[in-house]
Amino acid sequence: MGPSGSGKSTLMHILAGLDRPTSGSVTIEGTDITKLDDTALTKLRREHIGFIFQFFNLLPMLSAEENITLPLTIAGEKVDHDWLERLIESVGLKERRKHRPSELSGGQQQRVAIARALVSKPTVVFADEPTGNLDSKTGSEILELLRQAVQDTGQTTVMVTHDPRSASIADRILFLADGNIVKELPRSEPGVVIQAMEEISRT
Amino acid sequence: MRSVALRGLLGRKLRTILTAFAIVLGIATISGTFVLTDSITHAFNAIFTSIYRGTDASITGRSAVSVDATQNLPPFDESLLPKVKALPEVQGAIGGVADIANLIGKNGKVISFGGAPHLGFSVDPTQPQFNSLTLVDGKWPGSNEVVIDRSTAHKKDINVGDTIRIEAQGSAEPFRVSGLVRFGSTSLDIGGATLAGFDLATAQRLFHKQGKLDQIRVSKKAAVSEPQLLSAIREVLPPQTQVKSGIEQADTDAGDTNAFTSFLQKFLLSFGFIALFVGAFVIANSLSITITQRTREFATLRTIGASRRQILRSVLLESFVIGALASLAGLLLGLALAKFLFWLFDSLGFTLPTTGLPFKGRTIVVSLVAGILVTMIASLRPARRATRVPPIAAVREGATIPPGRFARYRPVGSAALAVLGFIALIFGLFGASGTGPVLAFMGIGTVLIFVGVALFSAQLIRPIAAVLGLPAERLAGAPGVLARENATRNTQRTGSNAGALMIGLTLVTLVTMLATSIRASFFGAVDKIWIADYAVTAQNNFDLIPTAIDQTLRQAPGVNNVMGVRSGEMRAFGAKHSLSAIQPGGSHIFLLDWTAGSQATFDTLGPRGAFTDKDFAKKHHLSLGSTFRMLVPGGEQPELTIKGIFDPPAGGSPFGAITISASTFDKLYTPAQNQFVFFNVDGGVSKANDAKLDRILDGFPNAKVQDRDEFKKNQASFLGNILNILYVLLALSVIVSLFGIVNTLVLTIFERTRELGMLRAVGMTRWQVRWMIGLESVVTALIGAVIGIALGIVLSVLLIVRVDFLVVSWPVVSLIVFALVAVVAGLVAAIFPAQRAARLNVLQALQYE
Repeated sequence: MGPSGSGKSTLMHILAGLDRPTSGSVTIEGTDITKLDDTALTKLRREHIGFIFQFFNLLPMLSAEENITLPLTIAGEKVDHDWLERLIESVGLKERRKHRPSELSGGQQQRVAIARALVSKPTVVFADEPTGNLDSKTGSEILELLRQAVQDTGQTTVMVTHDPRSASIADRILFLADGNIVKELPRSEPGVVIQAMEEISRT
Repeated sequence: MRSVALRGLLGRKLRTILTAFAIVLGIATISGTFVLTDSITHAFNAIFTSIYRGTDASITGRSAVSVDATQNLPPFDESLLPKVKALPEVQGAIGGVADIANLIGKNGKVISFGGAPHLGFSVDPTQPQFNSLTLVDGKWPGSNEVVIDRSTAHKKDINVGDTIRIEAQGSAEPFRVSGLVRFGSTSLDIGGATLAGFDLATAQRLFHKQGKLDQIRVSKKAAVSEPQLLSAIREVLPPQTQVKSGIEQADTDAGDTNAFTSFLQKFLLSFGFIALFVGAFVIANSLSITITQRTREFATLRTIGASRRQILRSVLLESFVIGALASLAGLLLGLALAKFLFWLFDSLGFTLPTTGLPFKGRTIVVSLVAGILVTMIASLRPARRATRVPPIAAVREGATIPPGRFARYRPVGSAALAVLGFIALIFGLFGASGTGPVLAFMGIGTVLIFVGVALFSAQLIRPIAAVLGLPAERLAGAPGVLARENATRNTQRTGSNAGALMIGLTLVTLVTMLATSIRASFFGAVDKIWIADYAVTAQNNFDLIPTAIDQTLRQAPGVNNVMGVRSGEMRAFGAKHSLSAIQPGGSHIFLLDWTAGSQATFDTLGPRGAFTDKDFAKKHHLSLGSTFRMLVPGGEQPELTIKGIFDPPAGGSPFGAITISASTFDKLYTPAQNQFVFFNVDGGVSKANDAKLDRILDGFPNAKVQDRDEFKKNQASFLGNILNILYVLLALSVIVSLFGIVNTLVLTIFERTRELGMLRAVGMTRWQVRWMIGLESVVTALIGAVIGIALGIVLSVLLIVRVDFLVVSWPVVSLIVFALVAVVAGLVAAIFPAQRAARLNVLQALQYE
């Protein structure tokens, strides 16, 4: 985490292969993704990367369930129905699976997005300010859900946030300022995180 | 992925429909054309099959000038009929004549329905196996009786027993209507043609074919084969006659009409393809905008694993579906359009026969293939753009699609394309030889120019908008300024729309310039050479008129220098040429610029004299006193002596390649008929003389007396009709391009929702919003009009310069009207989008994401 303009989003974009670094390398499952061409990168995304966006980025014409299975559809893979059921159950969308995004609340939409990120059991999920567009109560629920996914399935998740409360669910918190990692904390209470942030902005 | 693409289309119904509409009209024109021409072809086929019912062999005259001619064949002596009848192979034979017979209505005017022919012919009810007419009321005609078609009788309230006047080769005569007939089967509508059937002797007298026949139809005995029959007949055939099997004759006769329908088909199809061509621009632009708006969607798809290829395929699939739906809609709309075209041609003086509206497999295949193909080709560039959407656009607000590798060459490339087009066009006009290559170079050149200029027009948007925006600014203040700025903020989009509209306006300007120049050149020529008082033509301006008219005029007191102008074709110097013939008196009728001979030449041609124009004389090395032979349809080869050579005015002359005396002509061409009759009257053109002439020609309702100005207008009136048809057909393309503007405005309003909300929040009224959108549309339309009119002028001037007998004339009023129409069209196109923009809820608009 870090203040606005600290470079946290850029770092995540580079990690996820959305942007290319001017120097250095990013390795996912032993592959240096900065060396891959577009086709190879696309393949890698299908297998190893899941995304959760601040603005959900669901396709409005597809139902919740169709949005969730979209990565598999695109990759041309069979849907593991047991896994899908568990996933839908765990994000609490059992009653709303046939609904379109426009018929869902913000929190529900983000739940769909989380399920979509997890459906292909990726190596790593990147979440970009996943609570940034939600009220605090809904935000907490989403964070809980993410935490639960990490605990239940051992899903590696990288989240970018500037909200100390969000950061407090992470097992490891990296602080960025002006493009550098300036501090690292293990899992910490929100208060500790806030304090760390204040320290950083003071220097 | 496939379902994603299709569901996406469903989710954007309005946008999809607006986009598809660009193709619908083009396809409707194509499908409508096929339906229309198929219907006409069916009708004509039915007509000729009916005519040659029961006919195994057909004997007609044969033109020595053009042996394959099928029309205006010289009639032959009726003594052939008994010889044919006497052949042992022949079971029955019937001789007939046919010509124009004008029915005169109760109001004293020729009964005419939309330029359709007024057919007169002999009927012989004693041999029903040859009769294609069915008597529906009354009985067959005796002498001085007539049967007419039921449809004309109904329309004009004529009943059996009524007396009707009929004008053929003599003055109008009264006939008793003995019966009403129907031609062929009940489902056949022969268009506006009027039918008049007489007994043979009456018909021969009316058509001045006494003792002559136009055709003998023969049926064979059962045991005889068709080749046996034909060879038997050939034994007795005199020169300048020919025999064909019944089927062959029907095919020959249908050949002329097929040539006509095939021309009509190509003519109309070309407008369908022009509309499609314009539609392609509109589709490309609409899709391109839609893709920009879906940047985040594509980026999201990329981040969750979609490859570039999948994006490309999904966009192409969408356009395939749009193309297919639009083609289907167009196909069905084509039926309605065919109906409309029948009506249009009818109301503009070209009534066509019909047998309902047939939907052939070919119509469906061509429409679908053309529609889908054009849509997909138009979507290639937008689809490739979609593949360039970077995945990172999913997380970045306002991310743009990076330009392609070749984007920076676009202005230069498009300009080069236009220049290349001009080179091809100019080479086609001035360098190439042969109709095929000339047309090919001109066509390719024009298409390249259109594509080049349309792509380049993005570069012209800013300067033109700066000028055109000024009045908008004056008129509407802030909304005007914003409208101009909006029109210029994505020059590529505005350019595409203006470019699409440009194509239609270029063609409209081109045909108007050509028509005006043809008209002006013709007017100039008439003004230059005409010194007569009056002229007579047929009511429809082009039918031939009987020589009885010039005879009647010559006998009238106070009428002088009556000069009939006849025309025919002949063969000389190894090619077919047009021949004119005149009566003495021409020196007081026309003033020609003689390079050899003088005005006196008109009146001293004598039996062997001829005059010609400068170019013909030069080409065939003719000078005063040169002699040559010509071959006429009857086979004679008279020798002629050149007695004069004239330099025709720029707009042409009423004379063919060679002009001879009418007295010589009348011996060679039967029956002689006039194209025009010119004459002078004591006292010149006056109201009193108009009335006097009406009395003199009272017996000829089909004769139209006119002074010089009326003559000019009447002769050029067909140009107006053609121009109107062209306007209607080109309007299709213009409408398609207007849909492009509507579509773009609707799409940009989606895009600018937040901005519009902001403008409303800071105090812009709904009406100001409407004005802003409307003026943006007007600015776009005007840019298209300005470029289109300018390009149209350039193209037409090139053409006119190429054609010797044309001089450039400026239809200033028309051009101004086109620009004004563009303004109005722009406003109309903006109504719907402006309404949507004005209705936006300010609060929601500001929250719009």
